[in-house]
Amino acid sequence: MRDVAVISTAQTPARRRVEDLNEVEMLMPAIGGVLGRVDMTIDDIGFTCSGSTDYLAGVGFSFVSTLDGVGPWPPIQESHVEMDGAWALYEAWVKLQLGELDTALVYSYSKSSPGDLPMVLTRQLDPYTVAPLWPDSVSLAALQARAALDAGLVSTEAMAAVVARSRKSALDNPNAQLAWDRSTDDALAEPHSVAPLRRSDCPPITDGAAAIVLAAGDVARDKVDRPAWIRGIDHRIEPMALGLRDLTVSASTRLAGERAGISDGPVDVAELHAPFSHQELILRQALGLADHDNVNPSGGALAANAMLTAGLVRIIEVAERIGAGEAGRGVAHATSGPCLQQNLVCVLEGDDR
Amino acid sequence: MVDVTLPPCLRDVEAVRSVRTPAQLDYRFTAGHATSRFLQAITEKRIVGQRAPGGRVYLPPRGADPELGQPTPEEVEVAQVGTVTSFCVVNLQFYGSVMEIPYVSALILLDGADLSIMHLIQEVPADEVRIGMRVEAVWRDDADIEPTLESIKWFRPTGEPDDTDVRIPGEDHGTGLGSWVGGVAPTEGLVRNPRTGVGGTGP
Repeated sequence: MRDVAVISTAQTPARRRVEDLNEVEMLMPAIGGVLGRVDMTIDDIGFTCSGSTDYLAGVGFSFVSTLDGVGPWPPIQESHVEMDGAWALYEAWVKLQLGELDTALVYSYSKSSPGDLPMVLTRQLDPYTVAPLWPDSVSLAALQARAALDAGLVSTEAMAAVVARSRKSALDNPNAQLAWDRSTDDALAEPHSVAPLRRSDCPPITDGAAAIVLAAGDVARDKVDRPAWIRGIDHRIEPMALGLRDLTVSASTRLAGERAGISDGPVDVAELHAPFSHQELILRQALGLADHDNVNPSGGALAANAMLTAGLVRIIEVAERIGAGEAGRGVAHATSGPCLQQNLVCVLEGDDR
Repeated sequence: MVDVTLPPCLRDVEAVRSVRTPAQLDYRFTAGHATSRFLQAITEKRIVGQRAPGGRVYLPPRGADPELGQPTPEEVEVAQVGTVTSFCVVNLQFYGSVMEIPYVSALILLDGADLSIMHLIQEVPADEVRIGMRVEAVWRDDADIEPTLESIKWFRPTGEPDDTDVRIPGEDHGTGLGSWVGGVAPTEGLVRNPRTGVGGTGP
């Protein structure tokens, strides 16, 4: 496997509603930031891949107009996924494995604020028997939480502890949208929003953008002191029909984690894309991190959850900690679809010091 | 083998051949800085684009220059007169259309702009519209002006002589299909890179 590393990262601050900017205007600071940080321009980039979806902002072919923010002229090698940017990163990583290019720009963005997000997300469900019922994303997550509670795999106290810890960690994250210091008991005292979920068990609705530069081998070493090498990356998907899956566990995450080689070394930090509190508990089980004491130091998706971007941000958060020397080896996870349907795991590592 | 026979209670039920599942989602669209200023100018019956650092004037502006990948902060008012660069005679009535057929939908390059806008051509028989024809904006009554390009009802011929040297945006350097030069796609070698100055065997 060719050595490929994250060498630069950028995020826009997560906001409930970026009302004054269109998508390309919102994205441009992330693109300018991620390239500028390693003194590169689009002309130094071999491949560009982005993640976004028209359903969120309600704008057709929106990725075409946001591409303007990259400077795609003369024509560049470019691709797009209708998925989280973590999967755009996967495509770019595969492209770099081919060995013909040394650098890639990966970005993703979303404005969820223009529409009714829980309703918009029903459009990703089975179009014949499920989507016509318009089951909103919070209700589906609540079904999953209920199943996990009934199976005795999670508890409301453990969920509240995830909520309290995540929002408190987010106080140290300048890009976070929801951050506070409240006790687990405070969280448990909240009324249910969609039982068994309380409002604080749910992620915020977020507008935002993020970007990464990947580089291979010596190009990465030349650009930065401490590249965050991708040591393993894998993604797996489960059936579309919710009734065909065991919602209380995440088989696809477990498999992706095994293939990415999580257990081949120590895990100093893990960033898990768990939009709902009970999902962090399910993911911890699937990845063998049940009692790990450094999960989601950024606050995770409970602190900021820009659709199609929060997964890429998990990779950014791990890569930044490795780049800064705070962590030697870390795990980033991204999810897509209802109730953790599809999952990607990326293991990142810095050079020995 | 999986048993796919229906249970007895369903055997006499008429088979479902299709389902209709109407879906509607409502959005509050954000135009953004650049396009908002364009739309505000329309309410003053002015047409305002944005100039990129490289000199091109984008209309309507989206706020980003695809050549440099940079914001386009400089506003430029363009003329309300321009040249037809391409057009299409619509002979089919379609759902939602209020136009009487045949009518002409055209790409119009306003004087001072580097991107064509699409609009209607009226006050002239459809078969007389041609590339190079000079046209001018016809606004709605003042009381009906709103922040939408539809505040311009249509364009009509000015009567000026045709622009026989009509410049199709992108023809010289390539933007999209119309930019293929001599059957060759606008690749790195053919097109000058506006950021590095490298490349460009074309004009």
